[in-house]
Amino acid sequence: MKRRKRGSWEQFWLTYKHRPGSLIMRILVVISAILTAGILFSLILYILVNGVVHLKPELFAWEFNTDNMSMMPAIISTVYITALSLLMAVPIGIFSAIYLVEYAKRGSKLVKIIRTTTETLQGIPSIVYGLFGYILFVITLGWSYSLLAGAVTLAIMILPLIIRTTEEALISVPDAYREGSFGLGAGKLRTVFKIILPCAVPGILAGVILAIGRIVGESAALIFTAGTVAQVPGSLFDSARTLSVHMYALLSEGLYTNEAYATAVVLLVLVILINAVSGFIAKKLATR
Amino acid sequence: MRKYSESIMKVVFLIAACVSIIAVILICVFLFASGVPAIKEIGISDFLLGNSWKPNQELYGIFPMIIGSIYVTAGSIIIGVPIGLLCAVFMARYCPKGLYRILKPAVDLLAGIPSIVYGFFGLMVIVPMVQGSLGGSGKCLLTASILLGIMILPTIISVSESNIRAVPEYYYEGSLALGATKERSVFRAVLPAAKMGILAGVILGIGRAIGETMAVVMVCGNQAIMPEGITSGVRTLTANIVLEMGYASGLHREALIATAVVLFVFILIINLSFTALKRRAD
Amino acid sequence: MDKYTIENLELFYGDFKALKNINLNIKEKEITAFIGPSGCGKSTLLKTLNRMNDLVEGCRIKGKIKLDGEDIYGKIDVNHLRKRVGMVFQKPNPFPMSIFDNIAYGPRTHGIHSKSRLSEIVEKSLKDVAIWDEVKDRLNKSALGLSGGQQQRLCIARALAVEPEVILMDEPTSALDPISTSKIEDLTVELKEKYTIIMVTHNMQQAARISDKTAFFLLGDMVEFNDTEKLFSMPEDKRTEDYITGRFG
Repeated sequence: MKRRKRGSWEQFWLTYKHRPGSLIMRILVVISAILTAGILFSLILYILVNGVVHLKPELFAWEFNTDNMSMMPAIISTVYITALSLLMAVPIGIFSAIYLVEYAKRGSKLVKIIRTTTETLQGIPSIVYGLFGYILFVITLGWSYSLLAGAVTLAIMILPLIIRTTEEALISVPDAYREGSFGLGAGKLRTVFKIILPCAVPGILAGVILAIGRIVGESAALIFTAGTVAQVPGSLFDSARTLSVHMYALLSEGLYTNEAYATAVVLLVLVILINAVSGFIAKKLATR
Repeated sequence: MRKYSESIMKVVFLIAACVSIIAVILICVFLFASGVPAIKEIGISDFLLGNSWKPNQELYGIFPMIIGSIYVTAGSIIIGVPIGLLCAVFMARYCPKGLYRILKPAVDLLAGIPSIVYGFFGLMVIVPMVQGSLGGSGKCLLTASILLGIMILPTIISVSESNIRAVPEYYYEGSLALGATKERSVFRAVLPAAKMGILAGVILGIGRAIGETMAVVMVCGNQAIMPEGITSGVRTLTANIVLEMGYASGLHREALIATAVVLFVFILIINLSFTALKRRAD
Repeated sequence: MDKYTIENLELFYGDFKALKNINLNIKEKEITAFIGPSGCGKSTLLKTLNRMNDLVEGCRIKGKIKLDGEDIYGKIDVNHLRKRVGMVFQKPNPFPMSIFDNIAYGPRTHGIHSKSRLSEIVEKSLKDVAIWDEVKDRLNKSALGLSGGQQQRLCIARALAVEPEVILMDEPTSALDPISTSKIEDLTVELKEKYTIIMVTHNMQQAARISDKTAFFLLGDMVEFNDTEKLFSMPEDKRTEDYITGRFG
């Protein structure tokens, strides 16, 4: 059987020989894609190649001191701040999405205002969040640089992300499920918690994981709220630095490039893992 | 009993939904309350249009930083938008399925890399490259633009790609049937149909670029002067805040908060135009 | 004079054989209609004539299709082929740009950029489809503001503007109201003075009204090909008779 080979060189030549403009555009398109992928892979490769050799055991010592420059306290603080922020943002985010999707009248004034404010929150740069947290929590409420101030600031920052992904997840639950549940005489509340939320879990989870990614990568919003103390915080009102802030601190002191490389490796691996998990969940969602 | 819990939870949901409204109000109130008095004290024109920022001499003019932010953002758009748009065209129209399975997560990952890591990469790789080819310190407008151009790529790419994919296939087919090449069909028939959405993506990218802090501060040189060329050091509004907030006090600190107010207003304007464009695109 | 010669054409989507051993000669400056129930392969065959089926993944063909004696699946410039063989789609698909730019799109694609020349082409093409008087005052307005029937005539004008030899029409009136349909039919009959027209339709009356030759397809086979009058009055094949008398489809 004769198979016509698509895009053979001969066909390519026939198409482009008299059409240099199209040929140039095609080349530019391919170059841009190569460039984009190339930038990413060279960045990852550069950090890994230069960083892995500096991953020494003392960098993971439990106690931080200026000799070992351990990132372990920073890793623990990152976990604390992530958990605290999620603890605040996830319930509020899910509840407000439930209100927007299941309770509010479509197109009501309140919904419009909420939509505008979440969009506004989404666009605010992290440094502005940082200053806001500094003024309100650190100064006005007198929490000083603390785990709590940092976590609340980040919770506000990731709130729009949680709301939006949860909303999408709720909307994608078929109306038939709702009708089925109401038809059995279940109340709205029961329907929401027993039927709709369980169906929306993967979508919500994907949003939560994206939010974790943002928290782990955040630095500007934390420097002036959680501060930069390199020890494991003992209470909610102790200052703490996350891994990203740790890396910033290392760089701004200018003496610890090797340690910064090592921290970058850890951060990068974390981010790649987070992305892989969220990609995996997204794929699960798509095939469902 | 059930009736009570139904109505109680409804109120709880409503309150949760209002949290974002409260948050925006709090942010506005506290930023403006701390920043606006400083602007008044310095004088609005001295603050916005003053050419020198010398806190030890009580000079708080942020004009160089405003210009710095605008230049750096413009530079990043010039670099990031063409590459991002063309890459989006590749992904939507040329990419074989197998390659797409690699490229799409790669672009998502590009969006997930922390800005401090970008800043570090810029410092260790792009700065020496610019220094080597153009001389000077390498920490300059061009370097910051390149780095930010890379950082806004994922935004531009994903927004453009989804808008290109949303264009009905019959525009593309209609163009091919007239004897146009694939490239002409994509660039002259499909892209114009997606232009509003793509523009919204560009505006989103502008917002990212103007608000970016930690990456820029490491590569832009941070001189609080009017930039004179692409190899001149610049300081952005964001860099100004992060550099001095740690030790500032009194009017100096309030002037930095006022800087954030200016940044916030910029972002609000950008957000508003984004929303307006998105409405038109839909 | 034969415009198209189709010899032993077979077409596959993956493993599925969508067209089976088609042999067909299509005459110049006539209207040839392809009829048959949906899924019979008539649209597929139409798309092979200007190689729009290249866009379909996993689609491959066996056999030969010759346009003026030249194999269009051989070493040819596909874009040039599509310039010679224009196409009008089922759903009117004007580009989201002005009426003028819609018509000028093709000529510009093929290198005509002079403003006065383009204006001439636009006017002539719009006059050819008898829509000039309706739109001459709003050439710079979006084409999407036109009615469905006007949009379809605009799309025909757009196809004419590149000076094709053949026009393929894929159920061009299926999305239109009866009045617009009859206008398009009248137009099609006028156009055969200058162009070879091949039309897919699932409207048998339409084929009977305007075509010179009709081919009847069923499940990938070409059951019968004849003068339209003969095919509708004395079909040679039982299946054709069943179809045109409405026993299936």
